[in-house]
Amino acid sequence: MTEIKHHLTDALLMAYSAGTLPEGFSLVVATHISLCDECRARMHEFDAVGGAVVDEQAPVAMSDHSLATTLDLIENGDIPAPASRISSGHFPTPLQDYVGGDLDAVRWRRVGGGVRQAILKVDESASVRLLHIPAGVAVPDHGHRGTELTLVLQGAFSDETDRFGKGDIEVATQDLNHQPIAEMGQDCICLAATDAPLRFNSLIPRLLQPFLKI
Amino acid sequence: PRKKPDRMAWVNHLASIRDQKDRSAFAEVFTHFAPRVKAFLMKSGANPDMAEEVAQDVMATLWRKAHLFDPTKASVSTWIFTIARNRRIDMLRKQRRPEPEDLTWGPEAEPDQADVLALQQDCAKLGEALAALPEKQRDLIVRAYYGELTHSEIAEATGLPLGTIKSRIRLALNRLRHQMK
Ligand SMILES: [Zn+2]
Ligand SMILES: [Zn+2]
Repeated sequence: MTEIKHHLTDALLMAYSAGTLPEGFSLVVATHISLCDECRARMHEFDAVGGAVVDEQAPVAMSDHSLATTLDLIENGDIPAPASRISSGHFPTPLQDYVGGDLDAVRWRRVGGGVRQAILKVDESASVRLLHIPAGVAVPDHGHRGTELTLVLQGAFSDETDRFGKGDIEVATQDLNHQPIAEMGQDCICLAATDAPLRFNSLIPRLLQPFLKI
Repeated sequence: PRKKPDRMAWVNHLASIRDQKDRSAFAEVFTHFAPRVKAFLMKSGANPDMAEEVAQDVMATLWRKAHLFDPTKASVSTWIFTIARNRRIDMLRKQRRPEPEDLTWGPEAEPDQADVLALQQDCAKLGEALAALPEKQRDLIVRAYYGELTHSEIAEATGLPLGTIKSRIRLALNRLRHQMK
């Protein structure tokens, strides 16, 4: 496990634990936690808060035969025994579920400047994509209308704020304008989610925006 | 005054369900938790019939997944909360929930009893810390878990003092990660 420097915020973890995060963000959060013991432990903490909330509920009576019905469900129902979810590939299992396989199953599309992307299918509350940025190449500089989460899966990139290596997550909000540049040496692969379109600062990416769905 | 749940007793009940398919242990867990899960689901927006159905489903899942319960990482109420939350997303909001990959070692057959006890005590302390918050603050956190808060409201809620259980879970995780190497 590489040293991860940039972690999830408490707000993201609590929303993920409460079950209210947009699906696209949850995918990035689950993928980061798969790589990061620190955030996995913090997730358990926020789940424990949820447990305390359940504990303090004033009980609402169950129907008369509810226990018998539940035992019947256990005997005869088809609640599947869960399969073990441990990845042996490049991508952690939550990401593989959305790609439909590992890195070699990704259906990349060129988006200009040597950058490739693959949009993953999630509900409309946020959009999520894989980005493949050749070593040394920059993504057009842009601002954000909402929140953008970027998780590094391979290689590294740097922007105005810091360097982000494998497993690191950048949480960009409206105050940040940045131009991520992939580090020399290895192509950079990221998982990125946004809940609002980016704000490109130059004309060409702005014209391309409808095609990129970014 | 509310009777304090004995967390270690629930942990032992889960082990009986897992190892002996113990129906009387299950009945006790059901009698205590199902009405609280139902209440939680109703506060989260489910109507009473739906909440009843989902609460039964949550308790059946507890039986089927008893071998996955890890008392070094969660109290029984925490674990039940995560099952109820996932069912809520599934059945009420009709959404998918991406889950993190499993750890390679899974729950240990014989977890370190000191780790279990420490974690269960920490969860009890967390519950007390939540109950002791001023009502406005407590309300904010509770509403977050009912699914009522926006992102910025959640950011506010995460700044609240809630005591801490972090050290124990992290220590146990780190040690296990080490043993695996
Ligand atoms: Zn982390
Ligand atoms: Zn950005």
